[in-house]
Amino acid sequence: MSVLLSVNNLKTWFKTDRGLVRAVDGVSYYISEREIIGLVGESGCGKSVSQLSVLQLIPTPPGEIVSGEVIFDGHDLLKFPANGPEMRSVRGGKIAMIFQEPMTSLNPVLTIGRQLTEMLELHLNMDSEAARERAIELLNLVGIPEAASRIDDYPHQFSGGMRQRVMIAMALSCNPKILIADEPTTAVDVTTQAQLLELMKDMVVRFNTSLIIVTHNLGVVARYAQRIYVMYAGRIVESGITKDIFGNPRHPYTIGLLACVPRLDEPRGRKLVPIVGLPPNLINMPPTCAFLPRCPYRIERCQQEPWPELRLIDGQHYTSCHVDTREK
Amino acid sequence: MTPDDTLVDVKNLKMYFPVLRGLLRRKVADVKAVDSISFRIKRGETLGLVGESGCGKTTTGRCILRLYRPTEGQILFEGHDISQLPESKIRPLRRRMSLIFQDPFGSLDPRQSAGDIVGEPLKVHHLVNSKREYRERVEELFRMVGLDPAMVDRVPHEFSGGQRQRIGVARALACAPSLIVCDEPISALDVSIQAQIINLLQELREGLKGLTYLFIAHDLSVVRHISDSVAVMYLGRIVELTDSITLYENPLHPYTRVLLSAVPIADPFVEEKRERIILKGEVPSPLYPPTGCHFHPRCPLAIPECSQVVPPLREVGGGHKVACIRV
Amino acid sequence: MLEKRTLPTDFTEMLPRVSEFRRFRRVFFSRRLVVFGLIVILALIVTAIFAPFIAPYNPYKMDLSRKLLQPCREHILGTDSLGRDTLSRVIYGTRTSLMVSVIAIGIAGSIGMTMGLLAGYFGGITNMVIMRFTDALMSFPMILLAMVVAAVLGGGLKNVIIALGVGMIAPYCRLMCGQVLSVKENDYITAGRAIGASNLRMMLGHILPNCFPPLIVLLTLMMGTVILAEASLSFLGIGITPLTAAWGSMVNDGYKYLLTHLMLSFAPGLAIMLVVFAFNMVGDGLRDALDPRLRGTL
Repeated sequence: MSVLLSVNNLKTWFKTDRGLVRAVDGVSYYISEREIIGLVGESGCGKSVSQLSVLQLIPTPPGEIVSGEVIFDGHDLLKFPANGPEMRSVRGGKIAMIFQEPMTSLNPVLTIGRQLTEMLELHLNMDSEAARERAIELLNLVGIPEAASRIDDYPHQFSGGMRQRVMIAMALSCNPKILIADEPTTAVDVTTQAQLLELMKDMVVRFNTSLIIVTHNLGVVARYAQRIYVMYAGRIVESGITKDIFGNPRHPYTIGLLACVPRLDEPRGRKLVPIVGLPPNLINMPPTCAFLPRCPYRIERCQQEPWPELRLIDGQHYTSCHVDTREK
Repeated sequence: MTPDDTLVDVKNLKMYFPVLRGLLRRKVADVKAVDSISFRIKRGETLGLVGESGCGKTTTGRCILRLYRPTEGQILFEGHDISQLPESKIRPLRRRMSLIFQDPFGSLDPRQSAGDIVGEPLKVHHLVNSKREYRERVEELFRMVGLDPAMVDRVPHEFSGGQRQRIGVARALACAPSLIVCDEPISALDVSIQAQIINLLQELREGLKGLTYLFIAHDLSVVRHISDSVAVMYLGRIVELTDSITLYENPLHPYTRVLLSAVPIADPFVEEKRERIILKGEVPSPLYPPTGCHFHPRCPLAIPECSQVVPPLREVGGGHKVACIRV
Repeated sequence: MLEKRTLPTDFTEMLPRVSEFRRFRRVFFSRRLVVFGLIVILALIVTAIFAPFIAPYNPYKMDLSRKLLQPCREHILGTDSLGRDTLSRVIYGTRTSLMVSVIAIGIAGSIGMTMGLLAGYFGGITNMVIMRFTDALMSFPMILLAMVVAAVLGGGLKNVIIALGVGMIAPYCRLMCGQVLSVKENDYITAGRAIGASNLRMMLGHILPNCFPPLIVLLTLMMGTVILAEASLSFLGIGITPLTAAWGSMVNDGYKYLLTHLMLSFAPGLAIMLVVFAFNMVGDGLRDALDPRLRGTL
């Protein structure tokens, strides 16, 4: 399975009035053909910013991609100008992205048909008739009932779940190699979430696309992702195949997350073990490990040394922690 | 179960919101947000109300607190029917029941200090006699929810989301109420902070005798964890009502089973083996609910009779109630 | 019943203390024009208070032997047709302008905001009645309305103030009502109801304080409008008696001599322009500094 996208040591920083925010601070990951990977973390960990950086959608100023490589299709995407023809052909055409809020991602004054055909005409050079046919096909594929007539409806005439399906149709319309789904299910109900995720999985198989799921929901990645990257305060703290991460979590943050989430299948009596403290303040962060103030496993070394690099534990399982957390 | 045990007794509650059109504001239809539901909450118990958007759970919570006046039905609180009481009679009762909101940002007046937000119920109901008493009580409430009492003079935007939610909890506790309605209290918080608030609510319930929760949420894992009993709602009606252990081990209503299968579990080994029931279609609008059983258009067990008969919520044994003719 | 429990506390790392005041100061003073406007307004207030000490002559004293003098060393801006020193009249004019506008806005603001608060809070019939009333008021251009009221009540400073006040009720009422409606949507208002707060407590304690920023901005912006309106009225000869030193009537008086004695109209005209501009700038600055979206930033 060849590697499609390889992100190496990506750093995206934001200069604000209050100081420097290192939103993404040395993130590396990859995705291969026909893979589903998960990028897991809470708000502010940098998972969304990293994806936007790959597509060079970061507002500059105040943001800036300070360093790193994004190798896709033999080229480093970061070397292309942000608004140049190369990036424009990649966005939507080769790497597509769907967002959390379908209402603001869809243009409210254009019919969804037009938004679909626009993409097809732009990236695949289809003529308008062929594009329209293809658009109806896609809407049927994603489960929009009566697609042939609904193609001329406007976004506000669809429910939230339907709009997300339209977004999926748009994203897949040009047969991208990679689909990035940024918190695709946070704004919808759990049954709709299940429908959409199953749909995305089916589409990925059908279109031979790879999928990056960016989410804070551990259950979603447990169900769908083959490999997972856990992020905290702009860096990856643990990565590996799903069964390793859940079966043998090694970074204190991952352990903490798994212990603090109630599970449907566990006995009711289990007391949740919260992660103490507050989410990290990303402004002017010190060089030590960002999880230090909240870490129950911390040792002297953690206060003195900078945030450790990822180290290999086993197979593909990496963690950025000095401590052997199995001993607790 | 003696009558004294029951704190809240809801009977056939209906809450319809009229849709008004035209210059003369004529009613053309009703949004049947809550369409005849009945349940009881015992003192000291936590009842979870779970369902997806549009099911009426938030409206139910607000009706019990009399923030709406119900269209029909009875709400017995501590034995008295409060469903049609005028606002002036409700006001003194408000110290016995309170509300925790979903949004930790919008639920606190940005121009009040945290201490004043927490202490306002004390002033409204004249529960303190001096400034010193007030200050002491406010600081005590801060400590109870895990906030530093030195922060009483800070304003909401100086706190983090989790801390603001704690302020909301402290405010809800101020008058030592019997009932606290928690309306999605953790969905707007980060995952690692959610557990802090869940634990806080549980500890408070253990420490304060007689504190009762109505816990409204869409996250079934959380509801099951914190509640003693759970009521599952769909489009304005309760489809299943039972204790939380039975709900997971023996769900009877088809919608409950779908809901349970849709909730992902953070364990890939378990997930591999789970049955997944994927629903077709979308939740209908509460303006045009399906006839008979509201769930029948999407139900895998539906038969023609389901569209003609409204299934009553009937007991199938051990306090387990289901509203389905196929069970 | 309440056991004292100490739960684990998480007061590590409070967010850094953000001073609303410092941020306000920083944004407000960031534009030079705004600072200039503020200086002008302060100068205006000082001039009004200390007018007797600043003005070289008595503005009411007529000296027909010295009428219509061009600007010279003894009369920097010259004299008018009755021999009164123009500079002194402009200085004393600040008193009239300030007094009229502050009182008029005070009336308009307090009545308008109260009406808006009630209309927004109670909705329904209250809202409808009050809104229709403001509709009626707004169908007249403000100057026209003020003229009508002044004509009905008769001339005189007091009636001019009332007339102007009435003319400005509508914008305050509308703005307040709109603000109340949007503030009402917030959860903290529902929280107040859930606590059992009385209507009065809700309105004065929660809704009003959160409506202030745009209203303060309107207050300052309207100051300029009122001064101009007063000037227009006195230019049209309504209200202010000819003896009073008022900028508008001074412009009117000097109108006849525009080609020969420019200063008679120009000086008061310039004063009007400067003050109106200053209030607009300060209002602008206030609006930026009080922007709720900046709240919580440094």
